[in-house]
Amino acid sequence: MKKVKTLILRTAGTNCDYETQAAFELCGAVVECVHINTLIEKKDKIFEYDILAFPGGFSYGDDIASGKILSNEVKNKLGDKFKKFALSDKPIIGICNGFQVLVKMGLLPEPKLFEQISTLSYNDSDKFECRWVYLKTEKKVKNESNCIWTKNLPDIISLSIAHGEGKFIPNNKKLLNSLNKNNQIVFRYSSKDGSKPEYPLDPNGSIEQIAGICNTKGNIFGLMPHPERYVFALQHPAKEGFDGEYGWGKIIFQNAVDFVK
Amino acid sequence: MKSTTNCKIVKILDLSDKQLLELSRKNVLSLSLEEMKAIQNYFKKLKRNPTDVEIETIAQTWSEHCKHKTLTGVIEYTEEKGSQKVRRTYRNLLKETIFKATVELNKKWCLSVFKDNAGVIEFDSKNGVAFKVETHNHPSALEPYGGSATGIGGVIRDILGVGLGAKPLANTDVFCFGNPNTVASKVPEGMHHPKRIVKGVVSGVRDYGNRMGIPTVNGAVYFDDGYMANPLVYCGTMGIIPKNKIEKKVNFGDLILVVGGRTGRDGIHGATFSSIQLDQESDVTAVQIGNPIVEKKVLDVMLKARNLNLYRAVTDCGAGGLSSAVGELGEKTGAVVYLNKVPLKYQGLSPWEIWISEAQERMVFAVPPKNKKKIVEIFKKENVEAVFIGEFTKDKKLTLIYNNDVVTSMDMKFLHDGVPKPTRLAVCKVKEEKEQKPVKMTSSEISKALRASLADLNVCSKEWIIRQYDHEVQGQTVIKPLQGNDIEVSGPGDAAVIFPYTVVRGTKKGIVLSNGLNPQYGKINTYKMAASAIEEALRNAVAVGSDVEKMSILDNFCWGNPNKPEILGSLVRAANACYDMSKAFDVPFISGKDSLHNEYSIGGKKYSIPPALLISAMGVIENVANTITMPLKNNGNKIFVLGITRDELGGSVLAKIKNIKDGIVPNVYPKESKEIMKRIYKAINKNLIESCHDCSEGGLAVAISEMAFSADRGVKIDIDAIKTETIRSMTIAEILFSESNGRFIVEVYPDNEEKFQEIFNCTVFSKVGYVNDDKKIIFESKKNKIKVQEDPETLLKVWQSTMNW
Repeated sequence: MKKVKTLILRTAGTNCDYETQAAFELCGAVVECVHINTLIEKKDKIFEYDILAFPGGFSYGDDIASGKILSNEVKNKLGDKFKKFALSDKPIIGICNGFQVLVKMGLLPEPKLFEQISTLSYNDSDKFECRWVYLKTEKKVKNESNCIWTKNLPDIISLSIAHGEGKFIPNNKKLLNSLNKNNQIVFRYSSKDGSKPEYPLDPNGSIEQIAGICNTKGNIFGLMPHPERYVFALQHPAKEGFDGEYGWGKIIFQNAVDFVK
Repeated sequence: MKSTTNCKIVKILDLSDKQLLELSRKNVLSLSLEEMKAIQNYFKKLKRNPTDVEIETIAQTWSEHCKHKTLTGVIEYTEEKGSQKVRRTYRNLLKETIFKATVELNKKWCLSVFKDNAGVIEFDSKNGVAFKVETHNHPSALEPYGGSATGIGGVIRDILGVGLGAKPLANTDVFCFGNPNTVASKVPEGMHHPKRIVKGVVSGVRDYGNRMGIPTVNGAVYFDDGYMANPLVYCGTMGIIPKNKIEKKVNFGDLILVVGGRTGRDGIHGATFSSIQLDQESDVTAVQIGNPIVEKKVLDVMLKARNLNLYRAVTDCGAGGLSSAVGELGEKTGAVVYLNKVPLKYQGLSPWEIWISEAQERMVFAVPPKNKKKIVEIFKKENVEAVFIGEFTKDKKLTLIYNNDVVTSMDMKFLHDGVPKPTRLAVCKVKEEKEQKPVKMTSSEISKALRASLADLNVCSKEWIIRQYDHEVQGQTVIKPLQGNDIEVSGPGDAAVIFPYTVVRGTKKGIVLSNGLNPQYGKINTYKMAASAIEEALRNAVAVGSDVEKMSILDNFCWGNPNKPEILGSLVRAANACYDMSKAFDVPFISGKDSLHNEYSIGGKKYSIPPALLISAMGVIENVANTITMPLKNNGNKIFVLGITRDELGGSVLAKIKNIKDGIVPNVYPKESKEIMKRIYKAINKNLIESCHDCSEGGLAVAISEMAFSADRGVKIDIDAIKTETIRSMTIAEILFSESNGRFIVEVYPDNEEKFQEIFNCTVFSKVGYVNDDKKIIFESKKNKIKVQEDPETLLKVWQSTMNW
């Protein structure tokens, strides 16, 4: 059987690398956490891997704006390599700070463009908050999207969020329309019954309750909630899950590993 | 030894007593006359005057903060009970109480206690878990944000600096503040408003803890006006460490490596300033400036270096800066340090400032020369500054060199053991506690009191604080600080459980963290305050499914001025309670810390804080799947109260609300409590308990209501069924609001009732009601014609509204 190799990109202020590694390993991947300095030294190293993950944390302290410094560093020093990787249809995930990096670098929503055309800004509540939320998966709204990461999920799942800058804002209405049209909005904050949520179940005031998006091809996925914190049922506030043991976050990592296989 | 432009000779050889004291005061040395004279005598023997570097080094090393002179010094103690007087002399209070209990209990699973930066107990066959709680009170009074941020940053470094370094898994924080609703004109001149302190302190912990990627999972907040000008900020960190990395050893010839942040002028005199009363003149430069990302980088790389065995010892730069860190590591060997090699934030620091600066995010390593190149390389790879500043010697001397001049040359022995043992007087006049007049209340008065209790600052929801902390990062928080049966409701969890699966793959075990604190009791009786805090910490852990036989505890004393015999006397009593309870519960202390001199002056008048003993508990849980939360689970389930309800309203929330004079402060009955705790563990592991909640502030009324509204369920309670002490009959209000220790509320599935009762046979318990399907919280006494009825939703709102900022 093919060994699926995952690279988790680390830098100063990365802090969800351990649990992201554990999640991928639980799904059968081989994982290496690699510091960005190593990638800058060996620029083609990234092509040794099948999956690329930008984990959560506070890269460079989120100085200036969340994820901004790391996104600039990647773009300026490794931009062409990362673009090539992204366009080769290999799975890429950005979680929380990783999502902020993908968006600010411009790998999302469209890697071909590779320009920042949306942002993640300060929560409407104007504070950092950690809580569990409900997420409505896209197929509840329309047909299944292309996103390879979110197959086989129920209509509504819950995950934990922990961020101060998670309000997704596209540059313009046109972009929002095309995200909708192409089924790129894969997660929206929701009420338990699927209706439109209010604060705090809508934790940040994102446009159209957007919690996670993918590119049109569906290989690149960014989201504010933390699926790596819910791979076991034990991690859920009421210990809910599937197969008596696992949490719904696991499916997301499993999808990418299975996709590569 | 010569005077250079940067280093001054301090002429002390011919100074009079008065001049010596003046020197100590002027230079913020916080040294007593006796101590100044010891220094004078030492240098008389050396036939020379000391340099400023030497004087400062001694002052930091001998500070109360670093040496714990009071608790390890001689105390002449007198306890007065009525006309009876009992006298006792303590040569070393710590060793004769807290530490003594640990030695006598002699637990095999205690791997490192009272000798390193944190206490370590066994987690499994390969790993230990370390826990440390620190205080950062004075800095937080002056600069709340920076003070608390560097408080959490500092205790994290304690965990990095235990053994060869542990990986931090969780933080805890406990605060004491003045009333945040105080009108501005009532705030003492020159002090921050308590609300500003609360917000600053919480933001500081949030920004540092979140950026470090360590979940803040447990804590408490206590409001009392006694903390208005001198808030208390306790920060704790728990970490995991391989068993073969617990010991450190410095060899002669090892190089001294300083890693992480650069040295600046921030945090000068932090260690000595903490022994001086606060007033409006207090100097803000004593507060350090934190940068969590620098510390995070150090953490990431040092664990790699540890696993490659690149160093032999490590410790953090905390109070006293390099002076303490190098002094500690080199105590048995000796050390020479070249001060101009220390990387600086900016130029212009004098040698003594470099040496004692408490600039943050610095760790000091002892590196064998053969690893010299490799260790620097590995730090450099992730942009962490690592610079060799000297080496460990075998001359048992501390030698400091600046620009080729020797600016310090002292014996390590004098530095570490030369401090004269002070003798202090301690007196405790034991107040007699009287029962209050019977508290008679109507149904509607009880309703009002219940709502007022839930809204009380010391009971109300702390969600506003908890949610600002990332309590889920690392993905291992399986029992969370806020609990509900789905993701929306946020009831007050008793303890947190960490499931360290990312570090120990395949494990089923967990680590529980909890705490106990109640300064209100201490205003009347510090013995009972200490005993209650210990029991509360244990109860909280047991309520989520911990085995009381696998628990360990930490003490953190925050007291007023120990030079006042009554204040020191109240501390001696609390320390005695620690010994008694540790022995009786068979639970060892593994680490601790004291912060004395919590005193402030307003308009020339001095005030000491209400004494506060924080007990933090840590234990290992065999199987994290067998843990439970506090919200009620299902309609029709039965409710039991475990333990006896006694007439103990002294220091209670009800006493405060209703201004009740007198009252007995809750006692601890360790034998009785421990039997119940052991049985709860057994019952939880047999799946016989659906939910469990500790009963403390606000008594049964508050605890039962919390379980109900956290689940959005009703509950029907028959007050007449609650078993009480029979010495005198208690009123309904007394039964509902008494804060007797040793009690738990549990929910049991009807089919399990029989098996459950079998387990609790021989203990006192009462079956008091059931989970109601009409969503009403009802407390009823047919005998007394009392019926209190509330909606869970309403009570939840009352509980949440007080601190909904």
